[in-house]
Amino acid sequence: MTVTSKVLASFIVSFLVAGCGKQDASSPPDGSAAARQVQLLNVSYDPTREMYREFNEAFAAHWLAETGQNVSVQQSHAGSGSQARAVIDGLNADVVTLALAYDVEAIRLHGQRLQPGWQSRLPNNSAPYTSTIIFLVREGNPKNIRDWPDLVQPGVQVITPNPKTSGGARWNYLAAWGYEFEQALGGDITKLETASPEEVERAEARAERFVGELFRHVPVLDRAARASTNTFVQRGIGDVLLAWENEALLALDELGANALDIVVPSVSILAEPTVAVVDSVVDRKGTRTVARAYLEYLYTPAGQDIVARHYFRPRDSEVGARYREQYPEIRLFTIDDVFGGWNEAQARHFDDGGIFDRIYTGGAE
Amino acid sequence: MATARARPLVNASVLPGFGLTLGLTGIFLTLIVLIPIAALVLKAASLPPSDFWRIATEPRAIASYRLTFGASLLAASFNAVFGLIIAWSLVRYRFPARRFIDAIIDLPFALPTAVSGIALATVFGPQGWIGQWLAAIGIQVAYTWVGVVVALTLIGLPFVVRSVQPALEEVEATLEEAAESLGASRWMVFRRVILPTIAPALATGFTLALARAIGEYGSVIFIAGNLPMLTEITPLLIVIKLEQYDYLGAAALGLVMLCVSFLMLLTINALNGWRMKRLVGRR
Amino acid sequence: MIAPAHTVVQRADSDTASRLIPALLIGLSITFLMLILVVPVASVIGYAFSRGLSVYLAALQTPDTVAAIRLTLVTAAIVVPLNTVFGVAAAWAIAKFDFRGKQFLISLIDLPFSVSPVVAGLVFVLLFGAQGWFGPWLRDYDISIVFAFPGIVLATLLVTFPYVAREVIPVMQLQGRESEEAAISLGAGGWRTFFRVTLPGIRWALLYGIILCNARAMGEFGAVAVVSGHIRGLTTTMPLHVEILYNEYDLVGAFAVASLLMLLALVTLLVKAVIEALGSRRRRSV
Repeated sequence: MTVTSKVLASFIVSFLVAGCGKQDASSPPDGSAAARQVQLLNVSYDPTREMYREFNEAFAAHWLAETGQNVSVQQSHAGSGSQARAVIDGLNADVVTLALAYDVEAIRLHGQRLQPGWQSRLPNNSAPYTSTIIFLVREGNPKNIRDWPDLVQPGVQVITPNPKTSGGARWNYLAAWGYEFEQALGGDITKLETASPEEVERAEARAERFVGELFRHVPVLDRAARASTNTFVQRGIGDVLLAWENEALLALDELGANALDIVVPSVSILAEPTVAVVDSVVDRKGTRTVARAYLEYLYTPAGQDIVARHYFRPRDSEVGARYREQYPEIRLFTIDDVFGGWNEAQARHFDDGGIFDRIYTGGAE
Repeated sequence: MATARARPLVNASVLPGFGLTLGLTGIFLTLIVLIPIAALVLKAASLPPSDFWRIATEPRAIASYRLTFGASLLAASFNAVFGLIIAWSLVRYRFPARRFIDAIIDLPFALPTAVSGIALATVFGPQGWIGQWLAAIGIQVAYTWVGVVVALTLIGLPFVVRSVQPALEEVEATLEEAAESLGASRWMVFRRVILPTIAPALATGFTLALARAIGEYGSVIFIAGNLPMLTEITPLLIVIKLEQYDYLGAAALGLVMLCVSFLMLLTINALNGWRMKRLVGRR
Repeated sequence: MIAPAHTVVQRADSDTASRLIPALLIGLSITFLMLILVVPVASVIGYAFSRGLSVYLAALQTPDTVAAIRLTLVTAAIVVPLNTVFGVAAAWAIAKFDFRGKQFLISLIDLPFSVSPVVAGLVFVLLFGAQGWFGPWLRDYDISIVFAFPGIVLATLLVTFPYVAREVIPVMQLQGRESEEAAISLGAGGWRTFFRVTLPGIRWALLYGIILCNARAMGEFGAVAVVSGHIRGLTTTMPLHVEILYNEYDLVGAFAVASLLMLLALVTLLVKAVIEALGSRRRRSV
């Protein structure tokens, strides 16, 4: 072979080798080292960066003490919907820790990378912590925002991420919808059980009008929760941020009560971020034991303590009692109460051609 | 192998390697360029025409076209004017730092778009080195369409200057002197003698800058503000559709942009032909 | 008439207007360039070092940054040689032979140059994404192209495709065929002819094409952003990493990485200047 042909061949070979090698950034270098060193990829939603940074360190120490194995966890953060699609599209996550159960279910449904029945493998339907949606406003609350109806007052600009990509944004939307829906039923969601079909239809129409109006007050839809927080806080756009409770409390913590205020609405939705081991990935990589232990650690007192310290609501009642002061008192409804579950809600509201597509006209008035 | 045809497909040549090189070229071209672009065209074409039209003309898309094409035209025009001035200065005058300026003209060509993007966004931002002075007199650049024009002007700069420079050098001094000795004013000399000579080069540079500006993404999205209907460029809208996994919508807009690119490419080729004839006298 | 580079046409001027006009034009030029080019470029250095040298160096050594640098370098190491081989092959076919459709071929080669980088990334998502042509097949074999390294390489290949070809083709065309034909008829083989006869004539253009291709390959943003999913530490190249840091309001970090990329651009310019000085080549107008 001539020099050039050899050179060409080596380029092609190196391309293939590099390509195969890079695909799975977390594959261990060789057999013997695999026993000592393992790498996990945790694909998470946006506002959990700080929490998992601390949690990963704690888990690594715990796992080393337990098994003598070194585990390093790589994190990826973006909107929950975007992350789900990335995993479906081939991103090799060992575990997913997303904003809502449906995004994890989508990985099973569309990507076939999870076994059916995954949700019952961990306690509390695989939701180790909960959160809710509250408002973040400028210091002194100049636009006097007290509750949901104030969001659609003239001149009020609302910041929320894009429901198409962000999990938090979908919780925002559903909380707003749930509020107006309940109001239409007389202010009591339990009335839904005895309401007539016409009443329900009227209530839904009112809710749809309210949410449509709300999104007309949104100047820009960011991809995910953290980006929205940055738009509100750093770029100074908007009067009120619809935020995860943990994200709002964190922002207050970092930037001080001198810059921001929290406003707790009269009612909000119980948000249940959900976690799962991605079967097809852990089986191929042989990391199932570690991955499962990683998620189970979230439920231990040590894990729940870390979770609570970062303003998520823990499941463990003892830990919850210890941190009770930091969470605002707020009445919560669940997605089952109002919407009949995530499958229903996603299909009706957020899938292509759903209600959100109908009401979002793309830009503030 | 050469058959007796009126116009052979390939002129028989004594040089080897035709099959190899053309084959290699063809394979590369097909794999890397043609098949992917075909995927785009076919995906967009899989939409029923009415749907395609609806997506391509929805208000948000139209607003993005207005911004993208409007700002690109404005930026390319600025580049035409200032590029001509700069090329003129470089060719006609001697001044300190001339070589330095001549060297840095190419910088936008080599600079990664993300770098120019964040640099412009920060410099022209409300607290930026230039932005703060502009804010004092009430001009906001960052997060407005003005910022978009600034960014597009930067990245198009080398095209006009490098296009016009050789043309200016080609202007025959004798023609100019003849015109002047016949009593033409400097302005007339410029308008009647110089400008027609460099017109093809200027047009080429303008079109190149325009084509580059229309498709630009990295330099613009940091300074633009990206508010839908107001400061959102078309490439960003495509990215947003992809993020929402609206593949068909993204493909539809992608096809629109691809067609515009084709058009620009054809125009540039034609202008190049015109310019070549002027410059060298042979094709 | 081929004028050498940097010709200055002297004029014999005497009146006031003809001293004002040059001053005005030069002044306008310099002001324009300062505002649009010099100040922003200087600001990269300014912001990168705004918190001092140690913070700057620390920013360059975070694991995510190191991963981004490595990814950028490896991508360029693959893309540049491939496009060089292609560019030279295409130039040989186009310059040394006549065939129908030659102009069409040249236009096709130029196509990636006029396509928006976002579209360049989009086409690969449509081919290899989950809903793409090959999506289901890739999933069956658990191969990742989009959101992974191969996708980044492919997108970068596409956008940098024409760079070497565009520089080498005109020079090869200018060379003509006589020298090669003479060599062949004297008994030299094809490869020998290429390396001994052709290559020396095109080496400056080739080098220039390679460094331009490299600059673009390392600096590509739009196409890679679309195709990589910018997963921090995994599929972020340096330009994408700049964006991530900037969006997180880590200005020093973002500008620190940007300064490395700018260094690359400056080196590219420097090499170009050296080539022009050495190679006495006709100024290549774009």
